[in-house]
Amino acid sequence: MRKTQIVDTKRFSGSFGTLGTAILLLFFAFFTSAAIASEHSGEETVHKTGDHHTEKEPIGAQLSEMILGHVSDNHSWDVFGHAVILPLPVIVYNETEGLKIFSSSNFGPHGHKTYEGMKLVDYGAKIVWADGSRADKIWNFSITKNTLNLLIGSFLICVLLITVARKYAKNRGKAPSGFQNLVESLVIFLRDDIFKTSIGPKYRKFTPLLLTIFFFIFFMNLLGQIPFFPGGANVTGNVAVTGVLALIVFIYVTVNGNKHYWKHIFMPDAPIGLWPMLIPIELFGVILKPIVLMLRLFANITAGHIIILGFFSLIFIFGGMQEWIGYAVSPASLGFGIFMSFMELLVAFLQAFVFTLLSALYIGMAVEEHEHHELENH
Amino acid sequence: MNRLLIELPSLVNPSEGLIFWMTLTFLTVLFLLKKFAWKPMLSFLEEREKNIEESLQQAENAKAEMAQLKGENEALLAEARAEKDIILKEARKMKDSIISDAKTSADTEAKKLIDRATQEIDKQKVAAIEELKKEVAGYSVSIAEKLVRHELKETDAQKALIDQQLKQMTAGNSANA
Repeated sequence: MRKTQIVDTKRFSGSFGTLGTAILLLFFAFFTSAAIASEHSGEETVHKTGDHHTEKEPIGAQLSEMILGHVSDNHSWDVFGHAVILPLPVIVYNETEGLKIFSSSNFGPHGHKTYEGMKLVDYGAKIVWADGSRADKIWNFSITKNTLNLLIGSFLICVLLITVARKYAKNRGKAPSGFQNLVESLVIFLRDDIFKTSIGPKYRKFTPLLLTIFFFIFFMNLLGQIPFFPGGANVTGNVAVTGVLALIVFIYVTVNGNKHYWKHIFMPDAPIGLWPMLIPIELFGVILKPIVLMLRLFANITAGHIIILGFFSLIFIFGGMQEWIGYAVSPASLGFGIFMSFMELLVAFLQAFVFTLLSALYIGMAVEEHEHHELENH
Repeated sequence: MNRLLIELPSLVNPSEGLIFWMTLTFLTVLFLLKKFAWKPMLSFLEEREKNIEESLQQAENAKAEMAQLKGENEALLAEARAEKDIILKEARKMKDSIISDAKTSADTEAKKLIDRATQEIDKQKVAAIEELKKEVAGYSVSIAEKLVRHELKETDAQKALIDQQLKQMTAGNSANA
């Protein structure tokens, strides 16, 4: 039984490796060779505003554009600064015009051109009609910078963790070694100190989900710390990503909630007269928990990115006053930036841990057997 | 910097595309990891933990068994020592009794031998006395016979003959002795 499983894992992992590589190669081959754009970053931000063409914006506005552009999603990927920009596939669906797939390079090197009546707004994160009067919605399923980062990161996580799992089969009965040690210590820590204590005896059912959430967030957070390929995107600092994670936790909680959980919401241990007040509060709490999960992760990671970029922006703000002040400020700015980067490494772990811990607590609340309650009632 | 604050809300505006791709990707990752990473990993971990627990239990058991065995050994040793003492004591007793037995039997045997020898000597003595008596009687008769014959002839000669006969007897007696 176990032996066949091991064989399956091996075969699968092999085919997945080639499949994944093929998909990646497809991306690079199809969506044109990387456009080379070597421009002054100041000029770049002025151009990127697109819709309101002012000759020279104040430095503060330029920097906030730069920062927001960095933490937002984008339809092209500056793989290595602004030197190598990778155009990405745009997939849009519209009721009148149907499905359209084209390269984002059609929006021009700086993304301010109009193509097929559509243009990019929100620093390249969103596609809207160039003609503002059109009301029909554009369904945008493009492979954006965040999406591609997500796919690359997910592929790497799968390869990494499946390799580690295969090591157990290979080194059966031996002590763990290398990367296996790191993964194992995290897995055992989470299982013993978080899942067992927060969820209780039913923890086994939720272990795979919670472990996946932890390693997914942790890995994506770390990937987001790398300023160039394969990182550079702010995946876990995007509400869509954290929202989906929170939604999945919410679905797990709702599906697995036992009768005590629902009784607590719809029939609280309080006089019936108070129910009209308590039930909405409880329901609000149920909705609020995943929303808080979503916002906490998103806000922490985005804030970290913004702070680091802010520290580096100081150089240009002071440099805008007097060039020498800019030079004078740069060591401090660099120092703070490096310090924040280390903080972010801590935050990358901490936020993954907090998300997992709180998810485990929510699940624990939903599946907990309220024996003490019954004792009190007797 | 005002712009940063004003335009931040665009960050909390999730796009449907990313939601779609994220759902798809995450569920795939969840499925793959659950099947090919967590399941084997967790089962191996649990197996190993069980192994370790069992090994520890076994070690504990072995220790207890050892202690028990040691106690048993000591008891056995003590028993053996006691038995040895008893055997030695018995052997010593037996030796003593054998020696004393041998002594007594030797004594009685010796006594018997001596008794028999004494009896034999007595018997020999009685026989010798008997023989002597017979011989003395014979001599007496022959002397008496000669004396009687001689008396009939002469007195002096009779006296001389008795003397002579007596001398001869004593000489014969001493030669006999």
